[in-house]
Amino acid sequence: MSMTNSQSEYPPSRSNLLTQNLLRWIKAFDIKGVVYPLLGIVIFCLLWSLAASRIDTSLGQFPGPSQVYSQALVLVDEHQAERVKETAFYQRQEIRNAKKLAENPDANTKIRQYTGKETFFEQIVTSLKTVLFGFIVASVIAIPAGIACGLSDGVYKAMNPLVQIFKPVSPLAWLPLITMVVSATYVSESPFFEKSFLVSAFTVSLCCLWPTLINTAVGVVNVDKDLLNVSRVIKLPATTHIRKIILPASVPMIFTGLRLSLATGWMVLIAAEMLSQNPGLGKFVWDEFQNGSSSSLARIMVAVVVIGLLGFALDRLILVLQKTVSWDKLAVLR
Amino acid sequence: MYLSSNKPHSVVNILIALGLGIVVALSSVNAFAELGEPEKDELTFGFIKLTDMAPIAIAYENGYFEDEGLYVTIEAQANWKVLLDGVIDGQLDGAHMLAGQPLAATIGYGTKAHIVTPFSMDLNGNGITVSNDIWEQMKEYVPTKNGKPVHPIKADYLKPVVENMADRGEAFKMGMVFPVSTHNYELRYWLAAGNIHPGYYAPHKGDTTGTIDAQALLSVTPPPQMPSTLEAGTIHGYCVGEPWNQQAVFKGIGVPVITDYEIWKNNPEKVFGMTKEFTEKYPNTTARVVKALIRAGKWLDADNNANRPAAVKILAQSNYVGADYEVIANSMTGTFEYQKGDRREVPDFNVFFRYNATYPYYSDAIWYLTQMRRWGQISEPKSDDWYKKVAADVYKPEIYTIAAKELITEGLLEASEFPNFDTESGFKPEQTEFIDGISYDGSKPNAYLEKFKIGLKQDVL
Repeated sequence: MSMTNSQSEYPPSRSNLLTQNLLRWIKAFDIKGVVYPLLGIVIFCLLWSLAASRIDTSLGQFPGPSQVYSQALVLVDEHQAERVKETAFYQRQEIRNAKKLAENPDANTKIRQYTGKETFFEQIVTSLKTVLFGFIVASVIAIPAGIACGLSDGVYKAMNPLVQIFKPVSPLAWLPLITMVVSATYVSESPFFEKSFLVSAFTVSLCCLWPTLINTAVGVVNVDKDLLNVSRVIKLPATTHIRKIILPASVPMIFTGLRLSLATGWMVLIAAEMLSQNPGLGKFVWDEFQNGSSSSLARIMVAVVVIGLLGFALDRLILVLQKTVSWDKLAVLR
Repeated sequence: MYLSSNKPHSVVNILIALGLGIVVALSSVNAFAELGEPEKDELTFGFIKLTDMAPIAIAYENGYFEDEGLYVTIEAQANWKVLLDGVIDGQLDGAHMLAGQPLAATIGYGTKAHIVTPFSMDLNGNGITVSNDIWEQMKEYVPTKNGKPVHPIKADYLKPVVENMADRGEAFKMGMVFPVSTHNYELRYWLAAGNIHPGYYAPHKGDTTGTIDAQALLSVTPPPQMPSTLEAGTIHGYCVGEPWNQQAVFKGIGVPVITDYEIWKNNPEKVFGMTKEFTEKYPNTTARVVKALIRAGKWLDADNNANRPAAVKILAQSNYVGADYEVIANSMTGTFEYQKGDRREVPDFNVFFRYNATYPYYSDAIWYLTQMRRWGQISEPKSDDWYKKVAADVYKPEIYTIAAKELITEGLLEASEFPNFDTESGFKPEQTEFIDGISYDGSKPNAYLEKFKIGLKQDVL
């Protein structure tokens, strides 16, 4: 629109103006911020497709970017097809229920959940829910525990050996134990959560605990002595001391811990889902591997890319959260 | 008569008469009343990615479950152990199971739980594949006709290869899918028929590897991982269901040498397993599940396998078997490709309904029990009556009969498509079509065991 305006006002120098505009555009554009990353991705894709064409697996050629893209479209199609089936499913149910009511007006009818397969996109949602649930559970435990460790040398000394021993344990080693404990203790006729959901979520929790706990403790220990002295001089009560001094001052470290936690949690979740066949992206990857069809590898690759993108998005999410929570709005976050 | 008498014990007699009356009344209700509403209508069934899970997929896709008022979710399971545990702890209401699984679970070999089966899912459907390398070595011993190997290929031709390997100090290893799988017993049967000892189990001594005295070491690999394990060289061959033998041909990593149809013609393969508790708590649901599965089986075999291509299309979906259409179609549509290009007609490779395939015969159960005894999984000799009792504990033709009669009443199937329920004893007549020519009579398990050259009889390891 502005183009037509400028055209009418200064018709002779049109091309000149265009180049000028373009130059200004490029300058305004953060070259390093946009062009370089794009360049990186393009080069990666080129190398990828070159390498892929040279790798022959027993499931056919390794998928290059174009195969992966077309499989992504197939996954979208499958999702839509499943939605159509779902609608039909509910319609059939309604008809059946109506018939039942016509035969017997007192018949007990209800609408059942769709029983079809979980599509790729539903599995993404499941995974995200699981990781967030596990992460929140872990954070609710780890942040107070970390603060306690940071405030009291005694608590720190008591907790330290436990933290050091359990921190390096792969949460996957816990998986069988968690599975058995959940199925033994979580018994109810109409459970609010699926057992498999809890198993995956608690596995995630176990690995989300440690980075948050340790970083929170370190953050609390390193709170500026001046701030602590101020608090002591004006005799702040313990809760206010924590709320007004300790927490705000250790926010950067707590969030460093949270980001590390969420990143490992996301990685572990995929592995846990794969191993325990709990619904989610991990199961998708495993199922595709088991299928061994000629499109399996490309579909797994789609999942790999999506897992990466979502991990990145989760990290950004925590960063945004930190920005809103932090008192120091000018701090550089990366 | 008793009612009119005034003798002192008449009260007891009245009670007995009343009791009898109630029993008669109840049984007649069972026989004639229409099947009631399902007690539980939201169900989850498990399966392993094999083509013989087809009846479950078809019952779902063709709406047979919904016709019975059942809302079923179908979930693939990682391996047979996970699947069995799922059924035992109630996460799954029922599952596609190896015929040996309900039997082993009920007698307490492995995980102990009372699992029953009212429905046998199919006949045949397995094959034995060896790696290209082993095939090259055994090929010279295999007789040929018109340049093609003569089938069935016996393990006798494999024996010199195994002996050569033993001389070089190498172990000959094969994969099967589960210790109590049909594949384990078929593979052992084939090997032993060719004088290759597959090894004994001794659970009473804590030895559940099944390699005592073994010339061929058998180990467990989940079906979908068979081709990749073979490719990695971890095993030299395997026995598995489809599509994983055909997959080896397509990938060019191995050669299927024999199908289980040739080892034992029309052998029972998978069953539909549920806990005893479930079938007792939800009898209507159970019978309705069986009804839907019978209809699915019939559809799969209808008009000389005319529906098979459509079935293969469904199975090729990623949530069912998920392998490529061509791979699944190879065996499901009545052909079997041995070597690349050597495709032969095996119309009965997968049987889902013909020959009363879906009826749970006691004699089938007993065959698996005899093999468990033969290889030491049942560590002590048992009486013939014990075999029959276990078979009757696990196989439930009575539930099948209720479902079948219901289908006949509804006009969906003909009475002629089922065994004659009034006379059926649950024991098939003596079967003779085994690769080693030994005949099997399900009513005499101990006499059967005596016939084998390799295998435990009355002895304890």
